[in-house]
Amino acid sequence: MQLIECPWCGPREEVEFHYGGQAHVAYPEDPAALDDEQWAHYVFYRDNPKGRFAERWSHAAGCRRWFNAVRDTATYRFESVYHPDQPKPVIP
Amino acid sequence: MSSSFRTPDGGRIDRSTTLEFVFDGQSYAGHAGDTLASALLASGRHSIATSVKLGRPRGIAAAWAEDPSGLVQIEEPFPEPMLLATTVELYDGLAAHGLPGQGRLADVPDSARYDAMHAHVDVLVVGAGPAGLAAALTAARAGARVALVDEQAEAGGALLGSDDRLDGSPAADWVASAVVELAAHPEVLHLQRTTAFGLYDDGFVLALQRRTDHLGGAAPRHEARQRVWRIRARQIVVAAGAHERPVVFADNDRPGIMLAGGARTFLHRYGVRAGSEAVVFTTNDSAYAAAVDLADAGVRVAAVVDARPEAPGHWLAACADRGIPVRSGSVVTGTDGDERVAAAHVAPLADGRPGDAEPIACDLLLVSGGWNPAVHLFSQARGTLRFDAALGAFLPAEELDGVAVAGSAAGVMDLAGCLADGRRVGAAALAALAVGAPAEPALPAADDAPAGLGPMTLWRVPDGGDGSTSFVDLQRDATVADLARAAGAGLRSMEHVKRFTTIGTAHDQGKTSGVLASGITAELLGIPIQATGTTTFRPPYTPVAFAALAGRDRGRLFDPERTTAVHDWHVAEGAVFEDVGQWKRPRYYPRAGEDMEAAVLRECAATRSGVGILDGSTLGKIDVQGPDAAVLLDRLYTNLMSSLKVGSVRYGVMCGVDGMVIDDGTVLRLAEDRFLVLTTTGGAAKILDWMEEWVQTEWPELRVHLASVTEQWSTFPVVGPRSRDVIGAVFGDVDVSNEAFPFMTWRDTTLGGVPVRLARISFSGELAYEVYVSSWYALAVWERLVEAGRPHGITPYGTETMHVLRAEKGYPIIGQDTDGTVTPHDLGMAWAVSKKKPDFVGKRSFSRPANQNPLRKQLVGLLPVDRETVLPEGSQIVEFRDDGRLPAPPVPMLGHVTSSYRSAELGRPFALALVKGGRARIGDTVHVPVGGTLVPVEVTGSVLVDPEGARRDG
Ligand SMILES: [Zn+2]
Repeated sequence: MQLIECPWCGPREEVEFHYGGQAHVAYPEDPAALDDEQWAHYVFYRDNPKGRFAERWSHAAGCRRWFNAVRDTATYRFESVYHPDQPKPVIP
Repeated sequence: MSSSFRTPDGGRIDRSTTLEFVFDGQSYAGHAGDTLASALLASGRHSIATSVKLGRPRGIAAAWAEDPSGLVQIEEPFPEPMLLATTVELYDGLAAHGLPGQGRLADVPDSARYDAMHAHVDVLVVGAGPAGLAAALTAARAGARVALVDEQAEAGGALLGSDDRLDGSPAADWVASAVVELAAHPEVLHLQRTTAFGLYDDGFVLALQRRTDHLGGAAPRHEARQRVWRIRARQIVVAAGAHERPVVFADNDRPGIMLAGGARTFLHRYGVRAGSEAVVFTTNDSAYAAAVDLADAGVRVAAVVDARPEAPGHWLAACADRGIPVRSGSVVTGTDGDERVAAAHVAPLADGRPGDAEPIACDLLLVSGGWNPAVHLFSQARGTLRFDAALGAFLPAEELDGVAVAGSAAGVMDLAGCLADGRRVGAAALAALAVGAPAEPALPAADDAPAGLGPMTLWRVPDGGDGSTSFVDLQRDATVADLARAAGAGLRSMEHVKRFTTIGTAHDQGKTSGVLASGITAELLGIPIQATGTTTFRPPYTPVAFAALAGRDRGRLFDPERTTAVHDWHVAEGAVFEDVGQWKRPRYYPRAGEDMEAAVLRECAATRSGVGILDGSTLGKIDVQGPDAAVLLDRLYTNLMSSLKVGSVRYGVMCGVDGMVIDDGTVLRLAEDRFLVLTTTGGAAKILDWMEEWVQTEWPELRVHLASVTEQWSTFPVVGPRSRDVIGAVFGDVDVSNEAFPFMTWRDTTLGGVPVRLARISFSGELAYEVYVSSWYALAVWERLVEAGRPHGITPYGTETMHVLRAEKGYPIIGQDTDGTVTPHDLGMAWAVSKKKPDFVGKRSFSRPANQNPLRKQLVGLLPVDRETVLPEGSQIVEFRDDGRLPAPPVPMLGHVTSSYRSAELGRPFALALVKGGRARIGDTVHVPVGGTLVPVEVTGSVLVDPEGARRDG
């Protein structure tokens, strides 16, 4: 069982967390202005990279707060955690 | 039985204590400190069981968990299958019998307790042998928080089974002093009888502590029998030792054939001679110690058969002193015997082939093919292994972050080396942690070991035949012939070979057979063993009972049980409960002689004609506060909430971004900046999460806060035409007239000083009031309502009646009448979808072409034409062609029944269903297959009772 670093609480057991999918997918400014394909991209389409992936996580059984994380999908390693309003960090 | 094989003294047993036990119906005696295996061997019994497939006699082949054959079933004091005689500590009253490979589960419940503990440490040391003790002492002296776990009854590891000396005294003295020192460190957790069986991510290790197994029937009942330790360690030192490996030859499975180190352990630890006349077959120096020690203990050693062309000089001398003939360059090619080995066939080895064999009589054949470091935990940590040709074994090939291997687990095979390696690895763990001062304890001096000869790697002795009695995995009855078949079938990967032959899949998970299978397969394929490698090591290292893994999480503690404040009242009234998520809800309240159908018909009729009361406390309740509370609700509900007046109530629907309904419920506006959102019972947690997600991740600028108040507020709908009388009687200060207190409004009042909120909300179509009160006072308020309702025949009803009443009105249950593909429009709730709001979650999806399809499934009512059949929920719906026949298979499915009940009000069964283009089919007859017949049903609108809504105001 992995430890996941909650940016508010510190490292906690992975069972305390919920996964929230790809990060930095904003709700469209004006959904009515989108055609069906553009809207479908917002609703259904997400990246699925092997390697680093910016994701949303929620410390569901802890502080109940959301945060973002860059995680390597091949190794499961969390490389960075950050607040939802922060930009995706540049990792060398 | 006599203990004719017990030595006159020595061993770590307590000879003053005699323990009686029964094996295979025969009475035996042993001593405290014995295992079942050592006590049987002391009585001269080797044979334990017959093998699983071939029925061949099998015995005790090792002294601990690596034994592949000595399986027993415990009968007393509590039935337990598939244990090894070598790891069952003897206790008085033990009754067991040998197992031919398959055990039998107890048919009575296990009354023992099991539990779990967490530990967080700087350094976890696995194994309390010389390397582990040295590592633990090093870490403890530096002030680190240390856990030391070891699977044996006492610390010492391999030292328990040897006559090694440290600083000129028995090694046990040093072990004892180390244990005393560790106990004095407040930050050290030292657990014996504790097996680290799994290593997971980020230093997480599961260990099983057997706390009272060794006490048998005398185990105190208040103490957990076994405990799973969940240890989170920053650094892990694996000092798990090594398993001796046999050599495969023909008929190598008879009782009396045993690993050499095992026989030495039985001698030194338990004071047991494993036989009276021994042959020792080895490929390395270590078995000579067994030969010499057994000879010194009075066993006649007929020969040491050393496969190497030359025997080590100092051991030759030691053997000569004792008159033990040494046959170097020779091998054992086979055995004779019936229930037990009677002779070993010994032949000289020439160019790798055995010559003519000569039988040597013996009742004990000791075998050593070298040692396999116990790299299981390292491998579970995904550490790679390499084959060390000099050692003839797989060793850790890399350094892992946070997981280090020490002592013989790392291929260090001498005592002084193990001590030094343990200290070195312990210090390295401290350095990685930057904990404490680097204090390296002085180590005791081991006796000088004369330089020996390197081992020879020998997997098997060719038997001249097909290898069908050359056993690789004794427990699976799998042989060299099976490996040859696997190779012949073209298998190259050991993972495939394992599954083809079943080698390594038994109780012992291949502790002795896994590497042998790799070596023999490599030989058969003509490739180096490096190329075959090993199979993957997986947890658990040794078997773990499900009861231990379950711990206390079973029975009523398996999942939290949530009960409402009125639960005891429901119990006293004889309610039948159903589980709704974790809640226990009354389903119906049967009277004498009533089944569910009768009770529900009665409850429905009483409510629609008089008054009923429901415990609706499980309804989800979310307190939404803040200046932007209305903005948030406008964005999340399909309808407009900001226009709701304080004091009023509105029904609302929530959709996902895909436009599909995820929950529904009512919303009370408590103040300009405060709402109470009601969700379904099942949706309570999900909808709070959903709202939090939007607030935190999308709209952090909104000034709004959310809190669950589900358990704070109990909720009692009082329902039916007489409900006004009941509410009016209990809350005399509230004007309950329809004019003063109209539908979809709420009022605050008090009852005996307790704040109460009343709301005109109806989930049945009847006049109804929901009573909200703090759960502290809920029972008293409930009892007052019931008391006031008595003159009106108030009837408590459960979830089943609630479902019937709401279904008669066509109110859907989200998750029962919907399945995540249903829009508000499909439910006939276009009226609940705002056309004024520019946007809300889900709105954009409504205009997708798929949502305009007139053939979408829509919620409708169904009335079985026979007025009798209650359609099973989930039933499919089909239609006949114009000619009155079914279409050719596959018959198109029009939809399915989502809710189905018998209605007291209608006097017939009815159902709700999702049907393709359902609203356009109203009035049609379709068919529902029920148990082989096609039941004709009429499609109706979804509202079957009081479609005009005439009853809602009383
Ligand atoms: Zn947190």
